[in-house]
Amino acid sequence: MAVSGIFFVLYLVAHMIGNLKAFAGQPAFDHYAHWLRDIGKPLLPGVWFLWILRGALTVSVVAHIWSASVLALRARAARPVRYAHRPKVQGSYAARTMRWGGVIILLFVIYHLLDLSAGTLNPVGSSSKPYSNVVADFAPERWYVTLFYTLAIVTLGFHLRHGVFSALRSLGQQTPKGERWARLSALAVAVVICGGFLVIPFAVLTGLVS
Amino acid sequence: MNLTLRIWRQTGPEDKGRMVTYQVDDVSPDMSFLEMLDVLNERLILAGEDPVAFDHDCREGICGMCGMMINGMAHGPQRGTTACQLHMRQFKDGDTIDIEPWRAQAFPVVKDLVVNRSAFDKIIAAGGYITAPTGSAPEAHSMPVPKSDADAAFEAAACIGCGACVAACPNGSGMLFTAAKITQLSLMPQGQPERYTRVIGMVDAHDEAGFGGCTNTGECTVACPKGIPLNTIGRLNRDFLMATKKAAGKPGS
Repeated sequence: MAVSGIFFVLYLVAHMIGNLKAFAGQPAFDHYAHWLRDIGKPLLPGVWFLWILRGALTVSVVAHIWSASVLALRARAARPVRYAHRPKVQGSYAARTMRWGGVIILLFVIYHLLDLSAGTLNPVGSSSKPYSNVVADFAPERWYVTLFYTLAIVTLGFHLRHGVFSALRSLGQQTPKGERWARLSALAVAVVICGGFLVIPFAVLTGLVS
Repeated sequence: MNLTLRIWRQTGPEDKGRMVTYQVDDVSPDMSFLEMLDVLNERLILAGEDPVAFDHDCREGICGMCGMMINGMAHGPQRGTTACQLHMRQFKDGDTIDIEPWRAQAFPVVKDLVVNRSAFDKIIAAGGYITAPTGSAPEAHSMPVPKSDADAAFEAAACIGCGACVAACPNGSGMLFTAAKITQLSLMPQGQPERYTRVIGMVDAHDEAGFGGCTNTGECTVACPKGIPLNTIGRLNRDFLMATKKAAGKPGS
């Protein structure tokens, strides 16, 4: 859970920095997107790096969902008779929504791949014009796409808020002072990643990126 | 105070069990929660009914025997307090109070509010001990312990094994209990020889008993009447990772 999760966080940071290239204008963004296909040349043939990365991400997704399912099934088996009176879990909202939040994020990732990787759900849908894909995607008349995107990213933020802390704890964070740091850095990662991903659709929506 | 109690009644392990409503009048706010149940039981006995079975022993918050879900909260609404030390002044006249036993696969209900917590004994038997020569006590100064380690170990050693962490955990995990015992022993020089076989043994016994897995939700430490800190679980995880790296139990590891 922790190891696959940390891999996702590193991937998200790289993905977010790449996205922010949109503010550098169409040529820079398109050039960046094409460069992604050429990473590793001439050691690796074209697009190989991307496929290795996709492979690693798929393995991590499977590992992450597998461990989450094992934990959820064990939790269910550990309490066969439910409480008649049970207030909400007093821990954070983030910790309480990890499981269903994860499902929402998975659905979003599937939509996101169909939208901006495969292009089937995108109004432009051309793999050679990533900048136009993004601009068309978050156009003001397609507000519902922006809304869904925002919801998914905020869910991701909550997921990271508990996930990063929990991963550090699983890997042996053990002092009370370290716990304050771990919680603070989890919050910082969540806010930075949330903000970094959300500025793009809102920049398109307000015409800052067009 | 006049109270309405909804109490889980179950005649034995095989019975399905149900919530039964009782009216208890003239409750003093100075009574402890268990004294209030004593009053109810005396009335039930006078009326020829079966009294409500519940665990209790010292009634001063140190033995870990009592424990029940009071309005869905382990040991009731007051933090850092066992059910026996909870006073009726925490409730209002006319309140309805739901009382249920700990709910966990590893803690089967024996009767009413009494659960069998021998799963905890199995975890302790799997490594919650040190190997020390018996006989006269050794010279106390022969084994210096840093103050900070002694304090952290003592904080963990405050665990009374009541099971509130399991009852409160949304995953039904007993990790806070296991981690408290591991922390208490692995911070002390006396606990070092078995340090890495202990953690593997105790975590295996924990999983085998049917407890759930820990997801660091932190509900346990809120419910814990002794305030065992959540970071003990980090110590357990670190020992566990070290144990897998060291191939615990092999000579020279």
